Amino acid sequence: MAAVTFKDVYKQFEGMGYPALDHVNIEIAEGEFVTILGSSGCGKTTFIKMINRLYEPDAGEILLFGKQIRDKDPVQLRRRIGYVIQQVGLFPHMTVGENIATIPHILKWDKERINAQVDAMLLLVDLEPQEFKNRYPAQLSGGQQQRIGLARALICDPRIMLLDEPFGAIDAITRENLQNELKRIHTESKKTYIFVTHDIREALKLGTKIMIMNQGQILQYGTPEEVLAHPADGFVEELIQTSGVSESLLKDGDGI
Amino acid sequence: MIAYFMDHRDMLLGAFFEHLWLVCETLFLSIVLASILSYILLEHQKASQTVIQVFGAIYSIPSLALFALLIPFFGLGNATAIPVLVAYNQYLLIRNFMTGLTGVDASLVEAAVGMGMNRRQVVTKVRIPLAMPAILSGIRLSIISTTGIATIAATINAGGLGKILLSGLRTMNEEKIAWGTILCVVIALAADLLLKRFERENTLLLNGAGK
Repeated sequence: MAAVTFKDVYKQFEGMGYPALDHVNIEIAEGEFVTILGSSGCGKTTFIKMINRLYEPDAGEILLFGKQIRDKDPVQLRRRIGYVIQQVGLFPHMTVGENIATIPHILKWDKERINAQVDAMLLLVDLEPQEFKNRYPAQLSGGQQQRIGLARALICDPRIMLLDEPFGAIDAITRENLQNELKRIHTESKKTYIFVTHDIREALKLGTKIMIMNQGQILQYGTPEEVLAHPADGFVEELIQTSGVSESLLKDGDGI
Repeated sequence: MIAYFMDHRDMLLGAFFEHLWLVCETLFLSIVLASILSYILLEHQKASQTVIQVFGAIYSIPSLALFALLIPFFGLGNATAIPVLVAYNQYLLIRNFMTGLTGVDASLVEAAVGMGMNRRQVVTKVRIPLAMPAILSGIRLSIISTTGIATIAATINAGGLGKILLSGLRTMNEEKIAWGTILCVVIALAADLLLKRFERENTLLLNGAGK
């Protein structure tokens, strides 16, 4: 069964002359790490915000694990989906522990279970629970903040994670570490990850599948090797060439 | 001065507590009403400018005139004074509440909605705590404003320190006027200091300096 299915999904925002998503059809298998690549305004963020119903399609159907998402209560739906954004969005008036426990708290898990899970999540993102649990977000570096963002999204063990340029505002070295850890977490969990980026290196390194979008359409969906070896059209080819990654990545296979 | 106070302390303190009670009742009703209206306006942000402007217009009506206008409907005394004072407060409270509630960083709201908070949870768990400085400063302003305007309410028989001031004026009793004023200032200043303290503690908390 596919994790995510888009059937002829169309979306145009008010006041825009062109569609954000232009009759998109795609099926994403469970367990994939899909990186969505494209320039700004190509529809990649719209694509993932439709999966957790932050945006609604004008036409078409979206299925999550075989079920119509429009039949579900959006609040309940979102609690089963991990969501990470570039600005992280940690609540500044809550400690790290409280931030991570936001949804378990709303779901009224018992205290011990929350505590144990918060510690487990902090260890998962490689932060020492005792050292970080009681800190406030303002006392953390950008990289640490995004680790907490990941921990908060992972705590309910969602079957699917949506990540909207999560490392976009993080320096190169920290970003490298975070990418490695995200890859490790995905490999261990075997859950479905959908990751938006405009960095082709990041897309090639993390993705088991890459989705390349332009002007609201999916130009190509395939493994990094397929995309590099057989670009679907001129746009994809150009994207790969301008980034200058094709040769180095193909030669040493680093990260693929 | 002191001697005057000692001689008339029953009258002065009686008026002081009457005034304090009037301010407390008004404040309680004002905050309840402003909270409900702000919660509704959060969902209808286009309407919120208009509503604030309407209350701004009410706020600019001289209180003496508004009291006089409402006497035919509510009669003399507190029944007229409190609705007027509550109406005046709406401008100060709603404007500050809305500034705080809508000033919350959009990415925090997106994260809250995206993780599965419902409408009420976004407001109570994210918007209100982060809007606290603005909410408190609105309440502080409204206490100061109510304390002042409530003295005018004595003209329609609502009692309080205004009664002392009015009778002091009529009889040209300077000590009486002075004490009426001082006791008003005590209420306003005490509320001001208390709420400023809350604001400071809250700001420290928001800046992540610990609980």
